[in-house]
Amino acid sequence: MSEIHRPEARVEPIDSTIEPAGEPAKNKKVEEASLLADAWRSLRRNPWFIISAVLLVLFLSMAIFPQLFTNNDPRECLLGRSRQSPSAEHWFGTDVQGCDYYSRVIYGARNSIAVGFIVAIGTFIIAVLLGLVAGYFGSWVDAVISRFTDMVFAVPYILGALVFLNVLESRGVREVAFVLIIFMWPTMTRLMRGSVISVVNSEFVLAARALGAGPITIMRRHILPNSLGPVIGYATVFTGIIIGAEATLTFLGVGLQLPAISWGLQLSDAQPFLQTVPHLLLFPVIFVGLTVFAFMTMGDAIRDALDPKSKK
Amino acid sequence: MTQSQTPAGFTPGTRPGEVPLLEVKDLQVEFRTKAGVAKAINGLNFSLHAGETLAILGESGSGKSVTAQTIMGILDMPPGKIAGGEIRYRGEDLLSMDEESRRKLRGVKIAMIFQDALSSLNPVLPVGWQIAEMFRVHRGLKRKEAKVKAVEMMQRVGIPGAEERAGDFPHQFSGGMRQRIMIAMAIALDPDVLIADEPTTALDVTVQAQVMRLLKDLQTEFNMGLILITHDLGVVADVADKIAVMYSGRVMEAADVYEIYGRPGHPYTQGLLNSIPRIDDEGGRLRAISGLPPSLTDMPPGCPFNPRCEFATDRCRTERPELRPVAEGHLSACHYAEDVYAGTATRTRRPSPTGAGMIDVSEEAPQ
Repeated sequence: MSEIHRPEARVEPIDSTIEPAGEPAKNKKVEEASLLADAWRSLRRNPWFIISAVLLVLFLSMAIFPQLFTNNDPRECLLGRSRQSPSAEHWFGTDVQGCDYYSRVIYGARNSIAVGFIVAIGTFIIAVLLGLVAGYFGSWVDAVISRFTDMVFAVPYILGALVFLNVLESRGVREVAFVLIIFMWPTMTRLMRGSVISVVNSEFVLAARALGAGPITIMRRHILPNSLGPVIGYATVFTGIIIGAEATLTFLGVGLQLPAISWGLQLSDAQPFLQTVPHLLLFPVIFVGLTVFAFMTMGDAIRDALDPKSKK
Repeated sequence: MTQSQTPAGFTPGTRPGEVPLLEVKDLQVEFRTKAGVAKAINGLNFSLHAGETLAILGESGSGKSVTAQTIMGILDMPPGKIAGGEIRYRGEDLLSMDEESRRKLRGVKIAMIFQDALSSLNPVLPVGWQIAEMFRVHRGLKRKEAKVKAVEMMQRVGIPGAEERAGDFPHQFSGGMRQRIMIAMAIALDPDVLIADEPTTALDVTVQAQVMRLLKDLQTEFNMGLILITHDLGVVADVADKIAVMYSGRVMEAADVYEIYGRPGHPYTQGLLNSIPRIDDEGGRLRAISGLPPSLTDMPPGCPFNPRCEFATDRCRTERPELRPVAEGHLSACHYAEDVYAGTATRTRRPSPTGAGMIDVSEEAPQ
């Protein structure tokens, strides 16, 4: 009986190579499992993503190819047909100047979405750079960047924009976007910094250091790809916020100026006629609302999909 | 006593004239904490030659991992501080080097593998890519060549279907396979010294044996010096050439593997060996070393092991024993090392039956 239990088995050298699994060909076409592929798979199943994607495609094509949606010229205005109600000829009626309101709302998408994208991209770049540097180096670098961020964060963007934009002679998409970037970058920077800090102390960063990776390699290869998820999600939500902010500023009279066509300007022009011709206010509000909704829903869906902790 | 601290007499069979691959002399590392200065390593000495395996053995908190991180130079320096000592790689002091030249040694000459391979691999990059990165960063190889090399390394560490699996992500591998990938990364550039910090702790027993075997095979193949950090006496016995037993940031006993297992010269080592559960005394009590390791912020005077030692006397409570030879190539930091080695030490205390600390043998209550 004791023979069976003799420690012989342990003395035998244990083979350090295990036999090759005999099925490499069978599972050749396994599903991609990268973070992005994974995110895409969960996005495809999310109804909110589908809804917001459809809306965004619609608004983006409106911004890029407004001719697809209307044959009317938004600048062809006849005072004789001022403030008409919606009809078969003019789906959204006409505005004070007698322009076709449907085509004006369609053409308004371009400026609003352009401001949204420019500001979101600019803010994203600033946030990623500052957040990465602050979070990675820590100590006084972090202190300087964080305190500066807090200072800008303390200024309400409306106040800052009112002051700055009032000074400018002509205000186009570029100027409005620039001022919005200046006052809106802190939130995303804080998010990025926090995200970087949570990655900096992970074991694979230590392991990368132990294998001789320099600070640049570590930031680029290890920290950046692991900390971008929440920021990408927020940047999408942020685009929606900016579109709302642009409409707000324009409504307050410090945003885009006539003869530009934008939803904010339409809201501003419609204000005196709220009681007599409410549709002038209604249509741009619906469009701004839907665009902001689409971006925000999309952002939430993306953030959830990129967050490994939310996976079942 | 200073002579006893020189690592020359450390091991039998080491080439006395040769400069060791890695030499640690009187290393001291502290951590500034809110509770005070924690002395994680207090005067650590050892040396390592090519082709040799040194096992650093000790329980949690004995300073094993801090030793590894200090040698690699990846210790977080604001809380941590190197208070003294030298770490020499081929005679060159690493601690006086600038960061850039140290970085060039890391991964190329001295590499390290970690306990938990899943958290040590970047979750968003394919493993083949991560191995290839070693060749691209340090050797400047092109993407394609590096990829080929990476697949070669994966084959060498025994990953089946390496070519197809190079594009997979860390979470798609089993624990053992992940550790193999970690090993592949560490040995990719043919380092002289490989530090393995508890490489098998996160693995199950059958896989542990495979991974240890692989490490041993690779060591012979590349003639590396291997530092194996572990708390598992079973893992060491098979692989190590010499063993250093650490306690409270000091080496308590150092000798070759047969000496340590056969005739321990330190009560702590004896206690460790006794505490291995045996299959043949089923139903008996487990013989743990009573008590806990001392707090690093509040070290007992004298021998750090004295509060838990069965042989402790007044001398042990006041005078700190230095590491000294008890037999050829066998060092022990105990005042009564010879007696312990010979098995003739007088027991002064025994674990209290209530489980709370030690009581004097004279007060012995009926068992």
